[in-house]
Amino acid sequence: MSSISVSDPGVESVKPGRRTPRIVATPTQWVVWGGVIAFMIFLMGTVGSVLVNSFGRTWFNSWWPQGFTTQWYGDAWTQFNLSQVFLVTLEVTGAVLLISLLIGVPASYVLARKNFPGKGLLNLLFLLPIMVPPITYGIPLATALYRFGLAGNMSGVILANLVPSVPFVIMTMTPFMEQLDPSLENAARMCGAGTGVIFRRILMPLLVPGMLAAGILVLVRTVGMFELTFLTSGNSSQTIVVALFNSMNAAGIRAQQSVDAMAVMYMLMMLVILLVALKFVNPTQLVARVKESPQD
Amino acid sequence: MSAGALPATAVPAEPRGAWRHRMADRGIDRTLWLLLPAVIFVVALFVYPFLYGLSLSLTPNAGDTGIFSNYAKFFADSYYSSTIWLTLRLAIPATLFNTLASVPFAYWMRGRFPGKRAVTTMLVVPITLGTVLTAEGLLNFLGNAGWLNRFLMLIHVIDAPLKLTYNYWGVFLSLILSGFPFAFLLILSYTSGIDPTLERAASTLGASPWQRFMRITLPLLAPGLATTFSLAFVMAFSVFPSAMMLGNPHGEEHVIAIAAYEQAYTYYNYNYASAIAMVMGAVELLVIAAVQALRRTFYIGTTGGKGA
Repeated sequence: MSSISVSDPGVESVKPGRRTPRIVATPTQWVVWGGVIAFMIFLMGTVGSVLVNSFGRTWFNSWWPQGFTTQWYGDAWTQFNLSQVFLVTLEVTGAVLLISLLIGVPASYVLARKNFPGKGLLNLLFLLPIMVPPITYGIPLATALYRFGLAGNMSGVILANLVPSVPFVIMTMTPFMEQLDPSLENAARMCGAGTGVIFRRILMPLLVPGMLAAGILVLVRTVGMFELTFLTSGNSSQTIVVALFNSMNAAGIRAQQSVDAMAVMYMLMMLVILLVALKFVNPTQLVARVKESPQD
Repeated sequence: MSAGALPATAVPAEPRGAWRHRMADRGIDRTLWLLLPAVIFVVALFVYPFLYGLSLSLTPNAGDTGIFSNYAKFFADSYYSSTIWLTLRLAIPATLFNTLASVPFAYWMRGRFPGKRAVTTMLVVPITLGTVLTAEGLLNFLGNAGWLNRFLMLIHVIDAPLKLTYNYWGVFLSLILSGFPFAFLLILSYTSGIDPTLERAASTLGASPWQRFMRITLPLLAPGLATTFSLAFVMAFSVFPSAMMLGNPHGEEHVIAIAAYEQAYTYYNYNYASAIAMVMGAVELLVIAAVQALRRTFYIGTTGGKGA
């Protein structure tokens, strides 16, 4: 066990001479590596079997399908009306992104700069929609939206998806706003700029990186958001995740392969978004708002 | 106000200006209007639906009496009341596993090393793919003729295929596949927030690696563990698509989210469905409160590091 202290990266960094940790397999590392490998096998198996099946002709009780084809992709496109599904996904995400930034950014400015009575309560209110799981508030929300005729169509899907997105923008933007130097705004105010001008000319340019990060996180979450969209969408307002779920749960008239073809398209879309997202944000940020040191 | 005005008229003008000043001193000024859209939003789309759901849940259906009739029905019907147990039976072991298994990984990976970003990116993939796709993939992978059973039979670990789909294990594995990365990334942010010099100091004083972990790292990590457990539990507790697809949604995996969903969308009984959603929220908050209470018994204070 003593070699842990040598190969341990935290302790390692004291010695300036050596950069890479020494590769010595201690019991802990065996366990850790075993776990990593097992996890990767499950992940690869899960993704891989969807991918292989989507290209397979028939696949029954064998390692590989008997022959490969790309016909399922064309089938899936027409069968599931995917051009409409992708259009809906795009419109919903775009609207949610825009509205949540418009609502969230001004609010986070106030929360970052001002102290006022009731601020704690307001912070709690903005935190709750992230803490409570979507199904719990989604059912009352969908019921309320149906009551006003707002659910079962695009507006309902957009409204429902705003519920976790706006708080998420506020939670991401407030700390970002806090680290901007307020003396810049004060200087502009001294020079006679009003709040509107300060927002447009001083804050906006400084906020672009933060808004990009918040926006991309909202994008990933909205495209992947199943529960809320599922509860509020109608036939012509399904996003891709919901269409995927519905086609899997529908009776077995459809070939499993074309469902998997749709799944692969969804997967590709998510991976592209993820790759774009990782250009702007840290992987950890996709999970929760955490301050990480810049060098990581 | 002109300077020549009578004192009698000047007096009411003065408090008004002073009032605005006093409010501004307490932080109330016109910039607060910027909060208005967000406040309207959270009230209209979160607070109102919640209260509406609460009032629905207290509205008896035709033939029932008493404001708690929906709740009474839930607890009297074992098919429904058992959903609490069936959900906890999945969510608590899965969350415990995800949280505790993350600790050695995160402890080991807390420093900087080449490829750290690659590993974290790999872990984000299942979170990005979402529960629906994970469930679909696991159905193929874990099925009787799936790759996992084939491989285990090939190397003669098992003779007959393990039944891993349409039962508890399918749902459990899907909770791990999507929940573990989530818990891990959170714990990682907490472990990198612990000042490494504390451990070096302990090491200088002759503490063994195990002692350092138990006496230094673990107590400092306890609040992070509690938070991670709570957040991961929230996710696992609302298990819905994977229970529908990988479990037996009308039997052993009839989880509480499915119960609420089927009442709302199959039977159109919104009052009952709202009551179930409220029970779901309450059970979840109880578990989180218990975890936070447990956490109080540990060290509370600074971790001395960069994060947290």
